[in-house]
Amino acid sequence: MPGAEPRIDYSPSLGDEVKTTTCYMCACRCGIKVHLKDGKVRYIEGNPDHPVNKGVLCGKGSAGIMTQYAPARLRAPLLRVGERGAGEFKEISWAEALDIATGWLGKVRAEDPRKLAFFTGRDQSQSLTGFWAAQFGTPNFAAHGGFCSVNMAAGGLYTIGGSFWEFGEPDWDRCKYLLMFGVAEDHDSNPIKIGIGKLKARGGKFASVNPVRTGYSAVADEWIGIRPGTDGLFALALAHELLRTDHVDTAFLARYTNAPWLVVRNPGGADDGLFARDADGKPLAWDRARGAIPAATADLSAVLAGSYTLPDGRTAVPVFQLMAERYMAPEYAPEAVAAICGISAARIKRIAAEIADVAFNQAITLDQPWTDVYGRQHETMVGRPVAFHAMRGISAHSNGFHSCRALHVVQMLLGAVDTPGSWRYKSPFPRPIPPGPPPAGKGARPNTPLVGNILSFPQGPDDLLVEDDGTPIRIDKSFSWEAPLGLHGMMHTVIANAGAEDPYAIDTLFMFMANMAWNSAMNPGEVIRILTEKKADGEYRIPHVIYSDAFFSETVPYADLILPDTTYLERWDAISILDRPIGSAHGAGDAIRQPVIQPDRDVRAFQTVLIELGARLGLPAFTKEDGSPRFKHYADYLTNHQRSPGVGPLAGFRGVDGDKKGVGEPNPDQLQRYVDNGCFWRDHLPPEQGYFKHANAAYLAGAKAMGLIPNENQIVMQIWSEPLQKFRLAAQGHGAKQPPEHLRARVEKYCDPLPIWYTPLEQQMHDTAPFPLSAITQRPMHMYHSWGSMNAWLRQITGSNKLYLARERGVAQGLVDDDWVWVTSRNGKLKCQVKLMEGVNPDTVWTWNAIGKRAGAWMLTPDSPEATKGFLLNHVISEWLPAQEGFRSANADPVTGQAAWYDLRVSVEKCAADEVPLTAPTWDTLTPPPELPPAPNMLRYTVGVKP
Amino acid sequence: MTCLPDLAPGQKKLGLVIDLDTCVGCQSCATNCKEWNANGMSAPLPDFNAYSAGAEGVWFNRVHSYEAGEGAAGKTVHFPRSCLHCENAACVTVCPTGASYKRAEDGIVLVDADKCIGCQLCAWACAYGAREFDEDEGVMKKCTLCVDRIYNENIPEAQRQPACVNSCPTGARHFGDLGDPTSKVSQLVAERGGFELMPEMDYKPVNRYLPPRKHVVPEHSKPVEDAPTPMDIKSSLLRFMDKVLTR
Amino acid sequence: MKPAGSIVFFTVASGAGYGLLFWLGLLGAGGMISGDGILVLTVLGLALVLVTAGLCASLLHLGNAHKAWRALSQWRSSWLSREGVAAVLTYFPAIGSGLCVLQGAYGWAVLLALVAAAGALATVYCTSMIYASLKPIKEWAHPLVPAGYVVLSLFSGAALLATLMALAGEDASVPALQALIFGALGAGLKWQYWRSIDTARPLATLETATGLGRIGTTRPLDPPHTQSNYIMREMGFRVARKHAHSLRRIALVGGLALPALLAACSLLVAGPVAALLLLLATALGLAGLLVERWLMFAEATHTAMIFYRGT
Repeated sequence: MPGAEPRIDYSPSLGDEVKTTTCYMCACRCGIKVHLKDGKVRYIEGNPDHPVNKGVLCGKGSAGIMTQYAPARLRAPLLRVGERGAGEFKEISWAEALDIATGWLGKVRAEDPRKLAFFTGRDQSQSLTGFWAAQFGTPNFAAHGGFCSVNMAAGGLYTIGGSFWEFGEPDWDRCKYLLMFGVAEDHDSNPIKIGIGKLKARGGKFASVNPVRTGYSAVADEWIGIRPGTDGLFALALAHELLRTDHVDTAFLARYTNAPWLVVRNPGGADDGLFARDADGKPLAWDRARGAIPAATADLSAVLAGSYTLPDGRTAVPVFQLMAERYMAPEYAPEAVAAICGISAARIKRIAAEIADVAFNQAITLDQPWTDVYGRQHETMVGRPVAFHAMRGISAHSNGFHSCRALHVVQMLLGAVDTPGSWRYKSPFPRPIPPGPPPAGKGARPNTPLVGNILSFPQGPDDLLVEDDGTPIRIDKSFSWEAPLGLHGMMHTVIANAGAEDPYAIDTLFMFMANMAWNSAMNPGEVIRILTEKKADGEYRIPHVIYSDAFFSETVPYADLILPDTTYLERWDAISILDRPIGSAHGAGDAIRQPVIQPDRDVRAFQTVLIELGARLGLPAFTKEDGSPRFKHYADYLTNHQRSPGVGPLAGFRGVDGDKKGVGEPNPDQLQRYVDNGCFWRDHLPPEQGYFKHANAAYLAGAKAMGLIPNENQIVMQIWSEPLQKFRLAAQGHGAKQPPEHLRARVEKYCDPLPIWYTPLEQQMHDTAPFPLSAITQRPMHMYHSWGSMNAWLRQITGSNKLYLARERGVAQGLVDDDWVWVTSRNGKLKCQVKLMEGVNPDTVWTWNAIGKRAGAWMLTPDSPEATKGFLLNHVISEWLPAQEGFRSANADPVTGQAAWYDLRVSVEKCAADEVPLTAPTWDTLTPPPELPPAPNMLRYTVGVKP
Repeated sequence: MTCLPDLAPGQKKLGLVIDLDTCVGCQSCATNCKEWNANGMSAPLPDFNAYSAGAEGVWFNRVHSYEAGEGAAGKTVHFPRSCLHCENAACVTVCPTGASYKRAEDGIVLVDADKCIGCQLCAWACAYGAREFDEDEGVMKKCTLCVDRIYNENIPEAQRQPACVNSCPTGARHFGDLGDPTSKVSQLVAERGGFELMPEMDYKPVNRYLPPRKHVVPEHSKPVEDAPTPMDIKSSLLRFMDKVLTR
Repeated sequence: MKPAGSIVFFTVASGAGYGLLFWLGLLGAGGMISGDGILVLTVLGLALVLVTAGLCASLLHLGNAHKAWRALSQWRSSWLSREGVAAVLTYFPAIGSGLCVLQGAYGWAVLLALVAAAGALATVYCTSMIYASLKPIKEWAHPLVPAGYVVLSLFSGAALLATLMALAGEDASVPALQALIFGALGAGLKWQYWRSIDTARPLATLETATGLGRIGTTRPLDPPHTQSNYIMREMGFRVARKHAHSLRRIALVGGLALPALLAACSLLVAGPVAALLLLLATALGLAGLLVERWLMFAEATHTAMIFYRGT
């Protein structure tokens, strides 16, 4: 009786209008289509035309509605009226807020601009924020890369001229074997998911090296449950096996890497370990017929091994020889590393044999002619279809820089960099190694901009930001001898150093989107202590704290002035070509956000506020000659700012007619052109430019024309890193700039020009016997850092977290699921519940990242599980390495300053039966800012599309 | 009408095929379903205690994770679960009002909210826990296979799929006619050994799950010898000495 | 399964009411209920009050009780619908027989009372089949469940009738004997039933529910949501085994064996003592049935929970 069935409206409208923009529920930058009904969001879906996500959308992006309407959204500027941390604020007008900020900042700039520390969190406008900081004149700027990714950025950029993270990608359409290291969501998340789907559908093998078998590792064909912090050693054991079994692409090495370059051997000399160069400074290689000639000779017939005497009498050996000597040593044999890595020697050998088999026996040949930098035409492109990808599991260790370099070395041995089927550069990479000029920051003067980029690339000791006596110039000590390649700054040390007035005191801490009083700090309790600490005169140790965030996070109560930001759906924004654009291996690209709805609160986009502050402060780039503001708002800046002639924040639709890419005069209609194009622009490389970009003449010429690289020279991958050797030589007593005595041995050891592996620093420096377990976090796919808990849908999925440990270990300790335990490290202890599982390295415990929330924050009631059961591992991590004589070092990578979150060692003990089943440590419940409406108890969100 | 429609052979049976080999547990299907349906024909999908303890709401799609097998040899499996649109849909036959029904034309099991008295017997009858009671409205809700999307002329044809399928980043979800043995989904099920959940209940679910693939290492890529090679660097490097590489 | 108070009360009250109606028709037809029409009308009235109170309570379980009339439409497939239809239909002969008593049309009254008795039995059977037809709940989809509902309904109805007759000064030995018989039968049935469900194999396992048994032993890792949900609250209710067993003893001994014994004793005495014994037996019996019905839910397990708990 079909008549009994109700009538269904099969074609309901999706709303009144649909607008495209770019998602910001995480850092993946997917294109979205936002359907609106009566001015409210009805549905957010992936944009099928968008190059990043091709129509799909993850669990976070699909929950954007609940972030847009979260009750934790701040509603107006706030001025602190009580003690810091008490949460007593009054709402003020924007005019008043900007006056106050201008007053504080203006004074700092006029007296000593270094006393402004400007640090941003998961900021996608770093090309603006960094530029603003330089205009202000402070060297103390960074985003959060120092506790996130810098090991990978530095490891890649100083080795292959590109990097993992979101800057490179496996050749998803051709790869036959994917070896993934420490990847658990965020950055590039949907492209990776799409790619894994493709790879698996094709029958390729996916192996995941990760102490924990969740997420991507769960669908891996082989899970390699490594012990945290030993990936580099595993990689070097693979290198050992490839060299031992002669599975090395020597042709690739000779053509595209510095393997044939000659290294001077002069132990004790100032030139030891530097490249042999000709009079023009060109590196030399040994040609079998012609002896030492420039390595960049087209018909070089290079030798890779042996010891040679240079015309000037010095001895030199090819890089390959040095590398092979090192990695063929017994200490890198699978048998030697097996126990440390927790992977059997037989398994390491098998994996090495598998990747060698795929690389060399299953090579891909594309009938695609291309021309190399020497002008020679190649009829085909031969690929090694083994792709690597690596992220946080490598990065967040104090040996991460070298581990990352080790992975790149294995890629090079396989000939698997930017070839068909292998890992590929994503535009704007590859770039010269290292890519750019040294970091700006020396000679900060009142009311004077710094020239250059604050976060840039040292080539050697002379480029470090240190005073003559070795004292760091930056408050975070990046680019000092403590972190010579601290390319992303060290956000994790800023507040601690400011608290200790080491190297100097600061006046104003200005932060954006960085939850430093909670999950973004390595040790939140210490950050809270410093932010509320007063000096003898009653003034706060850090006199002024300005904070911009869209939400009532744990950091809000610790600021003096709150500049409330919009949500991602309410503003103009750019995924700028000058920052971290959306380019792929298929070509350059960048994207924008457009406001799809109007804010219903008195909030302003942070970037627009920053531009206005810049004008009020009289920063040259933000004011016209007559002193009036140069830009009305961020959208105006995006359109009209030029970093260098013709180069602006957006590469697409440049020129008066919008037909230029990369370089071209500003186009007043540029943003509209983006909007018309789905809020993104992308360039499509012709097939002959698709691979071997580091040596592909047509690609390099095109990239130079677009302003992506400064010249068309081959980008020769650096197995042996000369900048590192220069730091090491300085430590050995050579040159004008040398590390202070207490760091000399450290710099010498860790600035090794070839990748090394060492026990993570923290573990070297304290007795780990009482702390037998490594402790790490994983990122749940549906939560991005702390941005999920105010989202009514996402917090239902994960509202509390447990500590996962291997079943056998838990059983041995008499633990069952949901037991409460104390987790103790050298830095403290925390209380949480356990969950036993199979898929975890037996010496490792882990939990989901950033689920624990401080009671009262994010407009959650204090009884919320986020506050009663959820916990942060951060509470037992120290931002410092164990005390050393007379000084202290950040708990960080000694080369890059990357926060070493994952070096943590703990013990786990069952709580006494009479202990309260609540997490610890806890802090006082936070009070919401005034006038924030209470959160509703029941949500019935709907926009009434239903007839 | 709560009697089940008579199914002729080859009758259209729309359903989902979920690939457990590829699902990474990202929850896209869960939240995309939630946002589509919160504003669709089943709207709203309430969330109780949304910002406090005891937060729970109506979701048509829930993603579990399981571990199967022991130790490193086991698998972690993400397992999305929603209405399976059973052929023997007990949730339909138990319904006293005719609110719950299975459509003859495509096999989708739906609830007519106007007729539902909220007796919840269908939830008791569903072996899979796929029914979702809206305790605020007092009516039963459930996965509709996005019947307001899949035939929706306001949506481009390529996206006329359930929201969960459309959004799935790994392509682990497939939608189609499982009554047609030549359809893409039926062929996928045949090729990959797709199975039904809890077959012993004899509910004959339409949705199918594809098992994790078993990856076999080819013989030729296994190492030929197991004994460690003596480490004689000089002699090892000799072979590289002989290599002359011409660009 | 979560014990729903409204449904526990409903099945006990309407079960007793229908039991009473059944015995009224049967014994009335057999001429075993003597005395004047007042007793018959009182019994009938009490039966209808119990039935109606139960049915009203059951409406509390509905999300939208105002649409409850729709539940009468799907009798062809739904036992709940059939129960509703049977319940509604039973009112007609029951009320009719009462009217006939009032009119003095005793012949018609007996006939209609017999029809009502059949309706009462049918209604209780339909109620039992609502549970017995739910395949995912092995404690309900059990052959002893319909028998249990019917026997216990007849037990509580007989005890009630015997009490009322004794209170009215009538000879209550026939219904008391029925209470004894059905009480003992009920006790035996429940004992068998509990023994049976305690040893029953699970309907499904996490391995079959997920199909992951092909890999190995399967265990839940992370739930879909870290807090509760409707299914978990509705299907996930569990009673501690120890607690359940003491409740079983209470239901079995206090609710069935003891009332049966009291009914037996009432046969040996007469007058007010018998009435008192029977009143006690009825009170214990109804209280015991509330416990037994609560356990019917509390001990019932649902396959949906396998996905959450693994068992």
